Amino acid sequence: MSHRETDEHSGVETTGHEWDGIRELDNPLPRWWLYIFYGCIVIAAIYWVFMPSWPGVNSYAKGVLNQSDRVDVARQLDALQTQRGAEGAMLRSASLETIETDPKLQAYALAVGQSVFGDNCATCHGVGGTGSKGYANLRDDVWLWGGALEDIQHTIQVGVRSENPHARQSQMPAFGRDQILKPAQVDDLTEYVVALSRRPAKAAAVARAAPVFAEQCVACHGPQGKGNVTLGAPDLTDADWLYGSTQADIREQIWNGRGGVMPAWEGRFSPETIKALAVYVHANAGGQ
Amino acid sequence: MTVVIDRTKPTPPPPGEGSGPISAAAKARAKGFTLGLYKPRTPIYPKLVHGQWRRIKWILLIVMLAIYYVTPWIRWERPGVLPDQAVLVDFAGGRFYFFWIQLWPQEVYFITGLLVISALALFLVTAMFGRLWCGYACPQTVWTDLFIYVERAFEGDRNARMKLDADPWSFNKAWRKIGKHSVWLGIGFGTGGAWIFYFHDAPTLLSNFWIGQAPATAYIFCALLTVTTYAFAGFMREQVCTYLCPWPRIQGAMLDEHSLQVTYRRDRGETRGPHKKGSTWEGRGDCIDCNACVVVCPAGIDIRDGSQLECINCGLCIDACDEIMEKVGRPKGLIAYDTDAAVAARVVRQTPVYKLLRPRTAYYAVALTLVSALMIWGLTHRSALDVHVLRDRNPMFVRLHDGAIRDGYTLKIANRGFEPEEVQVSFVGPAGAKLRTPGAKAAGETLSFRVEPNEVRAVRVFVTVPAAAIDATNMPAAFSVRTGRDAMSVKTNFLSGAANAP
Repeated sequence: MSHRETDEHSGVETTGHEWDGIRELDNPLPRWWLYIFYGCIVIAAIYWVFMPSWPGVNSYAKGVLNQSDRVDVARQLDALQTQRGAEGAMLRSASLETIETDPKLQAYALAVGQSVFGDNCATCHGVGGTGSKGYANLRDDVWLWGGALEDIQHTIQVGVRSENPHARQSQMPAFGRDQILKPAQVDDLTEYVVALSRRPAKAAAVARAAPVFAEQCVACHGPQGKGNVTLGAPDLTDADWLYGSTQADIREQIWNGRGGVMPAWEGRFSPETIKALAVYVHANAGGQ
Repeated sequence: MTVVIDRTKPTPPPPGEGSGPISAAAKARAKGFTLGLYKPRTPIYPKLVHGQWRRIKWILLIVMLAIYYVTPWIRWERPGVLPDQAVLVDFAGGRFYFFWIQLWPQEVYFITGLLVISALALFLVTAMFGRLWCGYACPQTVWTDLFIYVERAFEGDRNARMKLDADPWSFNKAWRKIGKHSVWLGIGFGTGGAWIFYFHDAPTLLSNFWIGQAPATAYIFCALLTVTTYAFAGFMREQVCTYLCPWPRIQGAMLDEHSLQVTYRRDRGETRGPHKKGSTWEGRGDCIDCNACVVVCPAGIDIRDGSQLECINCGLCIDACDEIMEKVGRPKGLIAYDTDAAVAARVVRQTPVYKLLRPRTAYYAVALTLVSALMIWGLTHRSALDVHVLRDRNPMFVRLHDGAIRDGYTLKIANRGFEPEEVQVSFVGPAGAKLRTPGAKAAGETLSFRVEPNEVRAVRVFVTVPAAAIDATNMPAAFSVRTGRDAMSVKTNFLSGAANAP
């Protein structure tokens, strides 16, 4: 049993506990501390009555205020819809051209588009939308699937080579890998494509490749290599190269026939969001 | 000196105390609660005066309170959805409206200029005429005057008030005190209530205020000004001027011996002393030591001690003394607006010289004129058009299929006027530049945007420069922006990436 005694220095009783010759004074708790402690107990009891508190087996005590974070979130989402107000509603009904032309709607669509683009599209296309190797540059004037507002909207809706039944579909054959052409023919064809974009190439190889190009490539890329937007076939005569412009890049593309996948966003975004996104992408590509 | 603290021995108890250590707080408690370093306020009971300065003060009080209460209710027609309140500090909309002037947050330097003008005007007036501001125009003086008026209405003049305060509590004392404090609080509420109308549409706020629909800031500031008015004008009074306000200390630097101040003309007053009716005035001063000037003083000072920090130059002692001088048949003006230099001159029997134009006043006047002229020039020449150009950072440029380079810019065009503006935007830079904005039918040399009044419109502008015109990575350029009235050029640059071209 502990032995209580009075400390001679302070005149305060000790608890009788002693550690290495140090004894603990039995001072009372500070009054302010004690009252706050009692106050907390009282507040806790009041809290149980008003707020959700005690867990039950299948449910819980809901409290008389019926407070619920889920209900709050739903209410805030409703409030957000109301806040979007006139512009939000207009986005639903207005045509893409109207949205882009009207100053207020355009500003609204650009703001919505920017945030949606940053969250969803920037991963592949880059924050600035300039893409990278294999991911299309959305800021220039070259469009595989068409750069008009409706084209962009449709591409966002259905995606490219996605699982959507209406997806934009095209598949360049892997001429080398699948042994459709011999390696030497692929080499010649590479020279031909380099020549198409008005760069120096071996004349003999270009001549050898001409019939091969006419046989294998014209169907999609056209006799002049100008491409075809309905098939998603790129123009081979300009300075824009999705998979790189060097000879090695071009040869690899003919050999493997790569084609990227863009997901369909139809189910994930509301039609208004897709419209805003289409206007954002179109506007930032110069609005042509 | 080294203080040895020996914790092994109990501290010897101070004489007359029990055992155990005694804290400073306990010692203080033992002595009884005092304010320590703070000097308690001596109550001041200013007596009512009549006279020309008192009359001027009443008139100014009414005029200034009227300005304060009426201003937010003046209507001023403005076009469109803009508020129709003449004077409005619209924090929510970020605008300051003053009759025909409308200021945007970025033009806050006009407010700074106004403050500079106010300060210089205060310096000039103080250097010439002393503390006119403190005595007549300062809200602290005006509201204190009003509160003393109410106090007098309930509790009577000086002597009655002193007696009432000394008396034990009675029904008579209670209702007078309750009445006084109620009216004080009412005035305080009126002060705070009027203040908030400067920040919101007054009629709307007035109706919303009573049904709990006004913004929280309205209630907070109304309550804040109610409390401060009640405390400042009811209880603190001259203490605000003496201890809180920096101006009494600053004004010492403005004043010199030629500044007009409320002055006791000691050359005429001394030697002072009681005077029996009918006895001679020879060999003595005009001051009969009646203390009339002391009992009327709202700052509780004796003006005969000379110019003092506490003196607000309200002139009430002039009225009080004049009344006495008239009664005893001596000329008025023993206490008057006068200069220290004049008094000093008269003491040595010279003709006093009054110099309003001194280097000090000339400097202040010139500075005041310059700043005022600058402000007026700024206000009359301020452009309704303001343009900021933000060039795209990602991507910095885009190469098009034909090798042309396109840069993107965001133009923020502000129309600070009251009418919509057609704004023409053109590009000064590399040859052959074409401008295009989303939604426009075609590219061209000039773009046209309609900017609604009082709005900032952000527009995207894309500038395409043909490959042939590009000769540098970074080409200096500018957007030239004009409306019917204003024109401005905003510098930017055209980045082409020429250096890293393939």
